[in-house]
Parts: sequence; C-alpha cells; structure tokens
Amino acid sequence: MLLGKLTLDAIPYHEPIIMGALSGAGLVGLALMALITKYGKWGYLWKEWLTSVDHKKIGVMYIIVAMIMLLRGFADALMMRAQLAMATGGHLGVFPPEHYDQIFTAHGVIMIIFMAMPFMTGLMNIVLPLQIGARDVAFPFLNSLSFWLLTSAVILVNLSLGVGNFARTGWVAYPPLSELGFSPDVGVDYYTWALQISGIGTTLTAINFLVTVIKMRAPGMKLMQMPIFTWTCTWANVLIVASFPILTGALAMLSLDRYLGFHFFTSEAGGNAMMYLNLFWAWGHPEVYILVLPAFGIFSEVVSTFTGKRLFGHTSMIIASGVISVLGFMVWLHHFFTMGSGANVNAFFGIATMVISVPTGVKLFNWLFTIYRGRLRFETPIFWTLGFMVTFSIGGMTGVLMAVPGADFMLHNSLFLIAHFHNTIIGGAVFGYLAGFTFWFPKVFGFKLNERLGKAAFWFWQSGFYFAFMPLYVLGFLGMTRRLNHTDNPAWTPWLYLACVGAVLVACGIACQLLQIAVSLRDRKKALDVNGDPWNGHTLEWSTSSPPPFYNFAKLPVVHDIDAFTDMKEKGIAYQVPTSYEPIHMPRNTGVGVAIGGFTTILGFALIWHIWWLAAAGLVGIVGSMLVRAFDDNLDYYVQPDEIEAIERERFERIGIDVDAYSERVPEPKRSSDVEPATLV
Amino acid sequence: MRNCSPPRLLRWLSPFALALLSGCQGGILDPKGRIAADEKSLIITATLLMLLVVVPVIVLTLVFAWKYRASNANATYTPKWAHSTKLEVVVWLIPIVIVSFLAVLTWRTTHQLDPYRPLSSDKKPVKIEVVALNWKWLFIYPELNIATVNQIAFPKDVPVDFRITSDTVMNSFFIPQLGGQIYAMAGMQTQLHLIADEAGTYKGFSANYSGAGFSGMKFDAVATSTPADFDKWVAQVRANAKPLDVDAYRRLAVPSENHAVAYYVAPTPQLFDAVVHKYMAGRTSLALSDDDIKLAALTKRLCAPAAARSVN
Repeated sequence: MLLGKLTLDAIPYHEPIIMGALSGAGLVGLALMALITKYGKWGYLWKEWLTSVDHKKIGVMYIIVAMIMLLRGFADALMMRAQLAMATGGHLGVFPPEHYDQIFTAHGVIMIIFMAMPFMTGLMNIVLPLQIGARDVAFPFLNSLSFWLLTSAVILVNLSLGVGNFARTGWVAYPPLSELGFSPDVGVDYYTWALQISGIGTTLTAINFLVTVIKMRAPGMKLMQMPIFTWTCTWANVLIVASFPILTGALAMLSLDRYLGFHFFTSEAGGNAMMYLNLFWAWGHPEVYILVLPAFGIFSEVVSTFTGKRLFGHTSMIIASGVISVLGFMVWLHHFFTMGSGANVNAFFGIATMVISVPTGVKLFNWLFTIYRGRLRFETPIFWTLGFMVTFSIGGMTGVLMAVPGADFMLHNSLFLIAHFHNTIIGGAVFGYLAGFTFWFPKVFGFKLNERLGKAAFWFWQSGFYFAFMPLYVLGFLGMTRRLNHTDNPAWTPWLYLACVGAVLVACGIACQLLQIAVSLRDRKKALDVNGDPWNGHTLEWSTSSPPPFYNFAKLPVVHDIDAFTDMKEKGIAYQVPTSYEPIHMPRNTGVGVAIGGFTTILGFALIWHIWWLAAAGLVGIVGSMLVRAFDDNLDYYVQPDEIEAIERERFERIGIDVDAYSERVPEPKRSSDVEPATLV
Repeated sequence: MRNCSPPRLLRWLSPFALALLSGCQGGILDPKGRIAADEKSLIITATLLMLLVVVPVIVLTLVFAWKYRASNANATYTPKWAHSTKLEVVVWLIPIVIVSFLAVLTWRTTHQLDPYRPLSSDKKPVKIEVVALNWKWLFIYPELNIATVNQIAFPKDVPVDFRITSDTVMNSFFIPQLGGQIYAMAGMQTQLHLIADEAGTYKGFSANYSGAGFSGMKFDAVATSTPADFDKWVAQVRANAKPLDVDAYRRLAVPSENHAVAYYVAPTPQLFDAVVHKYMAGRTSLALSDDDIKLAALTKRLCAPAAARSVN
C-alpha cells in the first residue's frame, strides 16, 4: 500500500465541531500568511527568526508555541467542563465517548508537554544565558534543533485533529488499554511519536543548558553565586537528563509492542502492563518538578526584586531545590498505591513523598522572610507570586494528604486528585511562568506590559482557578471519579456548573492577556525600558540593554556577588563605558534545524500511518541534513569592534551617557574588513 | 438595594448549601463501614495536622505583603538582610516536625488499613471473586455457587473478602462508602477486605478509566440488615439464574455498555483462577492435582481470544 493505513476516511469531515475548529485555524493561518506576504516579511522571518540560533529568539519562539498550545489545550478544557455541566441526569451532553476521550487525553498531553514545557524552556532560553553573563548557550545549533523537534511534535499532535484521531487513553496511556488489542487505530501512535520527538528535543536542551552553566559562566561567578532562577533551571535540567530517557525507553517499548508484536506491556504472553506504570511515573513524577522548580526560581527572582531586597537564604534555596530533585526520583509509586504493593512499600513511598514537603516548605518560608522587612512594590509579577504562595500552600497540603496511602485509597483517581494537580501545576508552575513572562517581557522587547490589564488577567485567573477547582475538591469528596463522560448524581450537578463558571473566568483572564499584549504593543512608546533595568533588578540580565544586543554583553561582566548587578550599581560601575572592544565570536544562523524538524515531522507522520517508503525518505532527509551540517565549515564569525562600538554607543546615548567623555577610548577601532574570517577558526 | 439581595442570593446559593449539608451523602465523607470510617478520620486528622502550618503560611503571606508594602514608610527596611542561622533552623525544623508526625501516622495507618489485611470478626467472611470486564463487573460467590453481574449483596457486620482481577484493561474496584479502592488487573489478583456497619445500597464503580463504556461501569453493593435477608437475596439470584459455563462467560466478556444486573448459577469451578491464569501464556500444563488439570484445560479454552489478540 502506497499510503499505509491512510485513507480518506481518516478525515473527520462528518464532525462539525472538528471541521469548524480546523477551518477556523486554517483561516487564521491563511490570514497570517497573507499579512506576511503583503508586508514582504518572509525573508525577515526566515533569516531573523526561523533559522536563528540566538537563544533569545529561540526562547521567544518557544513561548509563542506555548501560548498557541495554551489556547488549544484550554479550548479542550472548556469543552470538557461544558460537557460535564450538560451531561447530567440522563443527558449525554455533546461529546460521545470516542470524541470526549480524545479531548481529555489531548488536554493533558498538550498542557504538560506542549504548553508548560515550552513555556518553561522558553523562559530558560531567554534568561539563563543572560543571568550567567554568557553570549549564548554552549551549543547554539543544538538549541535551534531542540526547538524544531518540539515544533515537529506540535505539528503531529495538531495533525491528529484533522487526519485520523488522537489517543483515547488518558494522557498517561496506560497499557493494556494503549496496546494494539484495545487501541487499534492511530491515536496512540500520534501520542507516542509526538512525545518521543519532543522528548528528544527536551533532553538535548537539558544537556545544552547543563554544559552552558558549567562552562560559560561569567568570570568570577562561582556555582553557588549563580542566580536562583539559573539554579532551579539547572536542577530541572539534571532531572530532565535523568528522567526523560526513561520515558523514551517506555514509549519505545510500547511502540515495539504495537509495531513489531513484542509483549513488553501486553497482558498476555508474559507482558507486564504494570511495569509501564512504574516507568511512566519514574519519568512523570520528576516531570512535575521539572515544571515547577524553574517557577520557584522565577518567584524567588520576583520576590527579591520587588521587595528591593536580597533573597533570604540563597544557599538554603539551592539546597532545598536539590533535595526536591533527588527526592523527586524516589516517590513515583505514590501514583499507584492502589496497585496493591503491600503496606511496607506503600508506607515507604508515602513518607518519602511527605519528606518533599520539607524543602518545599523551606522555600515558602524563605520567600516570606524575603518579603519581611522589604519594600514590596505591588506590580503584576508580585500579584502572581502572592497568588501562588496562597494557592500553592493549599495544593501542597492536598498533595501530602494524598501521599498518605490510607487517604489515597479513597481519593485516588477522583476529582480531588484532578483539583490537586491543577492546584500545583496552575497555582505553581503556570502562575510562575506568567509572572516570569511579565517580569522579563521588557528585557526581550524593550517595553513594559500594560499593568492594568495584567492585574485584571491575574484576578480573572486567580478567581477562575478557585471557582474551577475548589468544586472539584468537593466532587472528589462526593465520590466522583475522573474521566467520566456523563453523570447522574444530582448532588454533583451544582458543583459541575460552578466549575464551568470557573473555566469561563479563566477564559476571561486569557482574553485579558491577549488584549494586554496588543494594548502594550500599541502603547509601547509610553512604557519604554530605556536603560535595560525596568524593575531595579539584581542579576546580570538587567545589566545589558533591552532588548539585549545579539551578543548580549559587549564586555563579559565580572562577578563578585550573588546579586551581581546590584553589586555593580552600588559600586557605581554598572554603566561603565568600556575603553575598548574585542571581537566577539558568534555562531551563524542555519536552516538545518528547520530541515531536520521538517524531515522528523515526515518521519513521524509516516510511522504513524505505516507509510514505510515515506518513513525511509524522512530518515534519509534527517541523516542528509546532519551530513550537510557536519561538512559545513562556515559556522561562525567574529563581530568586529567597530560594529560593537556603534551598537554600544547608541545604547549609552539612549541612557544619556556621553561616550566621548571617556578619554581613554581607543581612537580608531578596527574595521570589519581588516580581519579575514578564515583565520578565525 | 442591599436588603433585597439576600433572599435572591440565598436562593441562588441554596443548591450548594443543600449539597454541602446533605451532601456528603454517598461520598467518602459519609462512611457506612469500618474501613471507610477509619479512612475518613485519617483524612481529617492529616488535614488538620497540615493546616497547623498551612494556615500560618497563608496568613503570614498576606500580613507580610500588606505590612511591608512599599507605600508603608514606617515599616523597617533591611535590604541586605538575607541570612539568619536561627531562622533557617526554625524554617527547616517546622516542616520536619509536622512531617515526622505525619510519617508515624502514615506508617501505622498504612498497615492498619492495608486492603489485603483480613478484618477481625467473629463471623465467617463472605467470599466474592470479582472480574472486571468491558464494561461491567462479574461477581462470583465460590462458596454459594452463584454469580452476578453489576450487583453484589452481603449481610451487614459480616466481613467481605474480595479477590479481584480483570479480563480486560486495568480498572479500579471502588465502593466509596465502604472503603478504599484497589486495581483490577489482567493476569493478576488483588485483594480487598470490606465490611458494612449499616444496611443499605451503596454505589460501586470502576475508578480507573477503561475505554468508551467506562462511565456506565457501575454496580450496586447491597448490605442486608440480617443474614436471613441475605439468604433471601441468594435464593432470588438462584431463582432467576442461568448457568455460567465457559460459553456463557465468553458471551458475557464481549464488550457491552450499561449492562443490566444479571444472575447466574453454577459458575464453572475455578473460573476466577482460570481467568487469571489464562494470561500466563506458554504454560502447557498445571498438572499437580485434578483441579489443576481441569484448570489448565479451562485456561486453554478461555485463552483462545487472548491468544488471537496477541498474534495481531
């Protein structure tokens, strides 16, 4: 068969909701393309963004993907809440199980893998190199490749909407339900290949950033002097390197079962489905810390900045994050106490889980003592942070409650669990990313976001969160289990309505944020960040201009303190005009990342649909692109002092520093043409 | 304006108030059995213990944020104060103390409430074997020689010993008002021990998503007030029953949704064990005793669909 399992029946043209969503997305896409064509921006887009290896631009692209996927994942959430609010007392709602079960699976996968992860990775991309005074990451091309692998996975997940279907297994895809016997169509294959591809990208990113913090810190910056956000990202990267290969392995085994008739996780022929649960959560539990640790770092930066104080217990915070990371690997079994492992095993994993609340509690106290005797400025990032501290305390508590096996036997798989993990992932990770988004937005774009709309967004999110998820805690107590398609218990109905109201409030919050971006863009002239330090920041990212030049720092900063930039400001050397500039070694942009991403999409699609010739073509394309890259000698160049001087002069003039007043200037900087690129390798 | 709003507000809120008051009805806060009651009090104890630290943290967050707001020039400001060994010790100690208490509580209750632990009682337990199917529950009473679908009964105050497996994907066997849940997994058996302190009909269901018909995978657990009532129920089952031989079982195992309650007699001996064992493919004989030989033969017959699936 030339097209494998793919036939015209794979397109759900009889489903009005799907076709509506698809044509809507198609129209928006066409409109965007028309706009780009009209303004002749294709070249700019290709040269400056898609092929960029600049960590800041890659970071921005990650966050754009994350926001688009937030809209998709949130649309799924609205559909679920609407379905459950309608499908009560004998009504079956709008979505039959075969559609609804795809929605909740897609919602989980998208929100965790394709919204939270890219959002976190995007912020890390933008901020981490700047915080450690580096000019880029250790492997800029690899960074671009990671992004395009993620994009490839995102394309596959969204393709499943219009071609074939998505998994109907829940986002955990437990076998034997996800095995061929029970899920014979392509849904699970979309799931496994999308996760595999993005997982490889994530692993590469983590390796890249680990090398970056080890090898590329500014002169003088000791490991324990790294800013706290950099530290929490580093712990998250350690977790990624240690845990993502487990997911890769587990999914590879599931794929072997599905493609080649192996029996790793089948019920029959000696397979053991429960081994998948262990492997999945050996990745899955560290994964939640991968999401939340960087958010903890953001809150720490925000609190210490907006109190105008040094972070309380910097070392203690680093240690606490490390303890969380290590313990995060020892608790996976608490996701299935109900498997029947026996009291000793369950008690061990329950207690290990509780122990994690010790370093987490320490963090909360440290934030409190950072606020203590500070001067707290109530700007949007602080609202997210305070909202987090209150909300996350509740989420942490319900989490520890579920770590008690005797309680978990009652609460497992109930809506109480759903409320708990949304409480920690929204109230912890997402609030953190949104705080970080507002906090670092001026650094990236050179102007601040509108405060009023930012606060409005916060209040909608915060109240929407409580309206949406507190009822789920109640429903858990009332005995409602997760992933139900319809219910018939009159005691549940009012709470299901209330949760639906909450989802609408969150929708208003998201609308405020979109509006905020538009309004801020319109009014940007009024909120320009002139000197690059809009919040009176502590760390090095604020020492360079907003947006930073592509080389980040004209002169590598020398670090003497944890709050390196505050230290410079106090010593009066923060805006010193250098006496001379040296050439800066920079990587060249490359389209190979885009190419490999494209071929990977083809490979993934072909594997999903069993189109073997196309899979071979995709693979050849990937290897070919790698070879092209391997034999390319023109990978880097030197930025010449005259160019740097011009950029820096403009910046100093903007701030109001007279560059020429510095008498020690080198009179005649060298010109670019004086240096031969060939001598630079 | 203000005085006219309360009644309307009340009317609007009444479903929630009602739901809250009457409302834990049927849920895990409305236990009707020893295990469920213990688990409920465990949930409450653990929550109160944690509130000891969570409430102060929330209050302090709000108080500190207000007190040290930038516009409050009276508040002390110490921009460089970032370390205090004393405070750090306290900050690590508070959660450690709370967690220590919780850990002891956890160790003790995990053993007490171990679902595998038989319940102490002077009455002989009722034995029920549970098989999760797509999408219904088969219950076998091996000692009474009857079987049912989507309904069980047992006298109150008599322990019920469940052995649980699945002849399909993983499910979770759960009767919230009587006690915690446990997974039903193919090729494996789990155990659960429950008891009802009050007569009544309690909702049971699968608490682990198992595919399209999952929402309808419910059953009733009837705790009768006397053993005599239970005997009456058994008689009623026998009166309306068909035999559950291998073929009947295979027909029952065909996926179906919202299955009605059904009664069977004379379930094939060793049916439960055969359902567990049939996933142990590659096994040619279990020849140890007569029963094992029969079991092996039965397993082989039951295996046919699974074997066909594994070839796929």
